[in-house]
Amino acid sequence: MSDFKHTHHAHCESGVISSMLTYHGFAISEPMVFGLSNALNFAYIPFVKIGGMPLVAYRSLPKSIVKNIRKNLKIKMKMETFSSQKKGEDRLDKLLEEGKIVGAQGSMYWLEYVPDELSFHFNAHNFLIYGKDEEKYLISDPVFAEAVKCSKKSLSKSRFSKGAMAPKGLLYYPESIPKDIDLKPIIAKNIKKLSKNMLRTPVPIAGLKGLRYLAKGILKLQAKDKKYAKLFLGNIVRMQEEIGTGGAGFRFMYASFLEESSELFGGNAVLSDASKMMLEVGDEYREFALVIAKSIKSKKEIDFKKISDMLFKISENEAKVYKKLLGFKA
Amino acid sequence: MNTQNVPQDESSTYAKMKKTIYAKNSDGKMQGISSSGWDVEETVTRQALDDIEEHVKEAYEEVKSGKKSTLYYFMFAKKMDLLLLAQATGFFQWTIKKDFNPKHFKKIKQSRLEEYCDVLGVELDEIRELPNE
Repeated sequence: MSDFKHTHHAHCESGVISSMLTYHGFAISEPMVFGLSNALNFAYIPFVKIGGMPLVAYRSLPKSIVKNIRKNLKIKMKMETFSSQKKGEDRLDKLLEEGKIVGAQGSMYWLEYVPDELSFHFNAHNFLIYGKDEEKYLISDPVFAEAVKCSKKSLSKSRFSKGAMAPKGLLYYPESIPKDIDLKPIIAKNIKKLSKNMLRTPVPIAGLKGLRYLAKGILKLQAKDKKYAKLFLGNIVRMQEEIGTGGAGFRFMYASFLEESSELFGGNAVLSDASKMMLEVGDEYREFALVIAKSIKSKKEIDFKKISDMLFKISENEAKVYKKLLGFKA
Repeated sequence: MNTQNVPQDESSTYAKMKKTIYAKNSDGKMQGISSSGWDVEETVTRQALDDIEEHVKEAYEEVKSGKKSTLYYFMFAKKMDLLLLAQATGFFQWTIKKDFNPKHFKKIKQSRLEEYCDVLGVELDEIRELPNE
């Protein structure tokens, strides 16, 4: 597998798919994968706790990028999970012997190449395994600048980590990719779908409704213990900035997707305008994160109203992007 | 965000690693740029890491004074909490709570102990011992 080239991406799952399809001769950027798989989203689920904090997600569910790309591009993507660790290990070796590069899901925590500061129990991390030397597996982890290596013990522990979203040794690889994929109709369809989802979802905890729900939740922190309030706010930003590039990073990636799409449609103005607007929304998320970080550090009273208002404003501006996109005609 | 505004704050929480972020370059095109960190992100990550550290220290003292079993310490030391431990082992939370009792923990079944060792990544001969500070 000497001809495989590692690329440093912004996000694990979209990065794996971009590297994998590009390797197989279908060159596709990470933002394009992200856009075509409808990965952008928002959800605030106060009754689901992670580390004692409510779940805040800025993207769709894990594995949905792999599944949506498979569906939308009509790629034959084999996804295998295993009933035992031994079977999963043997299968991986077999696939590597056949010369395949394989996508895998595992827990960040057990991967020995992940530094302690970044290591936590997150079962839905994705990476590519592209070979094996005498002792170790050769890994292309999209969120790492360089390719890495991992021992069998550490890799297996990660692939067969237990708990929520347990990977069950998941391996995936394309069996065939259709020739002459026309991206345009897929782009048009998914832009429309995303815009509708974000604007009109009936679920109050998802899409832009979810964002406003979180903004209301921030106001309620006034009555809560100060330490909890700070951890709650910090958690929003951590989910936004740290966990796989999150809110702002995903908006920037989507802006990049819209720009690329605009070029494909011969410099479409709606798409390029929407790209610029989305970029600004991303900047607003960054500003929001900055204000929160300052309030966490400061000994002064936290201005919850200001923070909440910022998020309401973001939801309004993000809504404008989707409304603009609904006016897109291919 | 423009490429020149992509923060390069060399955050300690990046552990010398870099992340890619998409930004607009001087030609007005979006491209991936490496970032060595952002102070804002470092603040919130540090906050979460400190919170974990605090739990580990408190747990250590409680185990040392005989109030809690070593399982309680290892749960925090391995960055878990009751919910994560319950999800990983498949044990009910209330049964795990019972195992936080030092007397009760001494008597638990070998298979149950092995399950804890497995999900926490602790050796069998270590899980009943509090490590040196």
